[in-house]
Order: sequence, then C-alpha cells, then structure tokens
Amino acid sequence: MIQVEGLTKRYGPVTAIRDVSFGVEKGQIVGFLGPNGAGKSTTMRILSCFMPPTEGAARIAGFDVFSQSLEVRRRIGYLPENAPLYADLAVDTYLDFVAEIKGVGRGQRRARVADVLERCFISDVQHRLIGKLSKGYRQRVGLAQALLGDPEVLILDEPTIGLDPKQITEIRALIRSLAGQHTVILSTHILPEVSMVCDGIIIINRGRIVAQGTESELVEQVFPTARVEIQVAGPTGDVLAALRALPGVTQVEPIQARDGATAFVVETPRDRDVRSDLVQLVLSRGWALKELHQVGMSLEEVFIRVVAGEEADHTVGLDADADDVAAAADAPERP
Amino acid sequence: MRWLPVFRKEMRLYFGSPVAYVVFAFFLLISGWFFSQIFLFYSDMSMRSFMQPQFGQNLNITENVMRPLFSNMSVVLLFFIPMLTMRLFAEEKRAGTMELLLTYPVRDGEVLAGKFLSALGLYAVLLALTLLYPGLVAYFTRVEWGPILTGYLGLVLVGATFLAVGLLISSLTENQIVAGFVTFGTLLAFWVIGWGADFAGGNMRTVLQYLSITEHMDNFSRGLIDTKDVVYYASAIALALFLTLRSLESKRWRG
Repeated sequence: MIQVEGLTKRYGPVTAIRDVSFGVEKGQIVGFLGPNGAGKSTTMRILSCFMPPTEGAARIAGFDVFSQSLEVRRRIGYLPENAPLYADLAVDTYLDFVAEIKGVGRGQRRARVADVLERCFISDVQHRLIGKLSKGYRQRVGLAQALLGDPEVLILDEPTIGLDPKQITEIRALIRSLAGQHTVILSTHILPEVSMVCDGIIIINRGRIVAQGTESELVEQVFPTARVEIQVAGPTGDVLAALRALPGVTQVEPIQARDGATAFVVETPRDRDVRSDLVQLVLSRGWALKELHQVGMSLEEVFIRVVAGEEADHTVGLDADADDVAAAADAPERP
Repeated sequence: MRWLPVFRKEMRLYFGSPVAYVVFAFFLLISGWFFSQIFLFYSDMSMRSFMQPQFGQNLNITENVMRPLFSNMSVVLLFFIPMLTMRLFAEEKRAGTMELLLTYPVRDGEVLAGKFLSALGLYAVLLALTLLYPGLVAYFTRVEWGPILTGYLGLVLVGATFLAVGLLISSLTENQIVAGFVTFGTLLAFWVIGWGADFAGGNMRTVLQYLSITEHMDNFSRGLIDTKDVVYYASAIALALFLTLRSLESKRWRG
C-alpha cells in the first residue's frame, strides 16, 4: 500500500532524512519511532504530498506522491504534527468544511461528521470554537478530520500527544480498530504505544532507518541471546565457575553484590531455557537462591540500544566526514 | 471546480469574526463622511447658481457628486483592502493549517479561486452597502443611472485588482503585518506613480499615466467604459492571480 524507496530530503545544507526505504502492507499499522528531530515528520510530510523529496520516490496505493499528488491526496487522511486547525471555526463547522473539501456528498455530510465526532469522543464540544478547546480536544478534532472521507491510508504524526491517560487509551483503541480496513502509519516517541498499537515498527535515527520489523524480530535482531539474572548467596568465584560450566551458557557476568549474595547475568542462545538447570545447580551445591528472573528484552531496550549505539558511533567519528559516520552507523552491533 | 468549500470556509471566517463588520463600519463611516461633504457642497453650489445663473452652467450630479465620491472611495479602498487580504494565506502558513489545506484533494487553483472569490464577495457586499449614497441623491433629485453603473463597474475592477495584489503578497509571507504593509505600500506606489507624469515628458509620461491604478478609474466614474482601462485592470488581476498560483505551486516542487 505504501512503498518508499531511497527517500532523501535536504533543507539547504541540512539532511533531514537520508535514503529511507520501507514498505507497508495493506491493512497494517506501522509505527515510526525515533528521537526528536530524527526525520519522522519530514517523512510523513513527504508521504502526505505536502512537500517533495529531494531524491527517491514514494508511492501510495500505486500513485506517486510527487507526480500523481491529487490521486494520492484522495486516498489519505493526514494529521500533521500539533494538529493545526482553524481557531476561529466551531468544531462542527470545521469538520463540515473538511468533509466538503474531501468530496463527501451534501446528503451524507452531516452523518459522516456525526460519525467521526462520536468515534473521536468530541461530540460534547461540537459547537465550540476550536481555539477555545484544550490541547487534548484539539488533537482529537485533528484526528477526526483525518478520518473524514474514509481514506484508505492514514498518516498520523504523533496522534496521542497532549491527551490524558484515559483519552490515550481510547484513541489507541480507535487506531487499533482501523487495522485491516485502513493502512496506518503513525509516529510517536512513546514506546509502549508502538507495542500496543502497531503491527510493524520502523526505528529512525538521524534521518536513517536503523531497524525495522515486528517487535519480536527487532528484539531478536538486537539481542540475539536470552538473558537470565540470578542472585546467589555463595562463594562468588565458585558460583561463577559453576555457571560457566553449565551446558548452553555462552557468557556469565557478575553484576553486583549485596547482602552476601551476588547477582549474575547468564546469557544463552534464544532457544535454550536454562532456568530449571540453574535452580538445580544452585540447590545441589547447597547455595542459597535469592532471585531468578528473565531479563526482559522490551522494545524500550531495543530502542535505547539501537539509538544509543548510533550516538556512540557518531561521537567516535566526530572529526571524520559525514559519510564515514553514516557508514559506521550502518553497521550496528549485530553479530 | 471545487472552489466552493474554501469559499464558504473563508466567508465563515470573515463573518464569524469581527473582521467583516469592522471593515464595513469604518468604510461606511469614512465614505459617508465624504459623501455628506460632497453633497452639502453641491447643494450649496446649486443654491448659488440659482442666484447667478452663469455660475452653474456645468453643474450636474454625475460630474460634481458621483465622480468625486467614486474617486474618494477608490482611495479609501487602498487603505482598507490590504486588511481584507493580508490574512488569506499568511495566517494559514503561520498557523500551519496550510499543511492540511495543501494535502486535501483540491487543486491549488481551486484553493486560490475560493479565497479570491470570497474576498471579492465580501467586497461586493461592501459596495452594495454604499448604494445608499446614490439612492439618497435619487431621493432628492433626478440622477443618471448609467454613469453610476459604470462607476460601480470601475470600483469592482479597482477593488478586484487590489484584492489580487493583496492575495499575491499574502502568499509570499507568513507574517500578516508584513503582508498587509507590503500590499498597502505596493498599491500606494501604483497610485502616486501617476503624479510623476506631470513632470515627465514624452513616452515616460504616457507610461507613468498608464501605470497609475486610480488614473484608469476616472473614466469609469465619468460614465465612460474604455477598453484600455478594462484591459489594464483585467491584465493586472490576471497577472497577480497567476503569480499567486505559481507561488502556491512552488510549495509542491521546491526541494
């Protein structure tokens, strides 16, 4: 549904995104993750036909965003960053205008507007001026205008920003419910949001895609080993040696000692679960087992590892030229 | 053409905010002041010509009331129209709503048409309100409606030209004040450029006279429709709108 190939955007000397390529299948929800200034909004602005790429091409539903912009715009709903709206119009007047400009027939307009008002939970403010609304309401009015006209593709730039926790849950459920019928690409820097809402994840940093796939694929890519943390009260040297001798264990690292017990991180291949073996080992030696748990490999850790890895590469290569840095960034610490 | 949604939105913004009413009120106040002064002066003149018949040979409503009134109104418009147009694109850019507007399935030309026609519509309402003045004159005396109609045609053309120039300048900046001020300055320059004609000679004189925005208005207020004047305004409107369209379209391809 969305194909992006080699997209590059420069603003004068500044390169906002560099050689970005990805694809989104119909009916999928894809999350765009990245620190501030990574190039998320730039990519979305290009996809929404607001501005052209410097190099590369993007196609939505088979239409090129540059040369067939009008066809693309008939098929998308776009929520720009910070939901810019007309402050001097009432919510229902504004949505009526959007429905009209998107070509919703006069007869259906009222019903379609009522529908999005309901779905975005803003029926109670429909007669108020947009400029008088709180950030959370304005954000949802922005989402409502994107949904009008029932577009095949939704491009949402930080859809849940400024919402309170209850509203966030509601809006996430709404976006989730769009899956299957609509193709959604959304950007955020709230990591749990991506896990909850999205089918696929694209992590972007410094204008480049640094990782993409489903959450479990990303975890496997970045953390090829499973890790278990174990706390044992016993002679540290002996415990370490015993743990290392356990079949399947690739690495053991003592991390901290407290109250006579030492914590170790035990790494194994993903398909090997050593937890029961560890318990048996510790008990058979007569040591005391204080704690045993799997170290969670959440998206958050993946993100920090991928993005921080890039930052480290960047610092090292500060005086090298930009391409060297980029090349270094190209090879994240994957085996 | 899908210009109607934008047209209606702009109309709602004009009439939903104080803009339209403030402009109407002050324009009517000032042009009404001019009208009353001109009309009082005219009645004074006709009283005197009653005493001295040779004095009032050329006295008539078209020449002595409507013509100066139209001329004054076109100058007042020069101050008021920049305030109607400065918002149209600058505000959308400043607020970021341009980003949404340009990603809706409408052509740039349709957006432009909607905005231009809405400003023109507001202006037409303003002109309609000033029909009060010839109406008042007609109440007291016999008027020739022909020259009044051509006068209004002239005002429509002058106003449309001002609006088109204002729209162009509004599309070039995201600062409303700058848009308003530059529009005002540009229009003023095209008004005073005619004054230079008095001191210039030969071809220069013709060129300067031809460029003057208000110079062309005079024929209309005398009841004369000259192709030269119509072409002047029509081509100025077309050029300004064409450049505005280019300025809008450039957002799509400018890397």
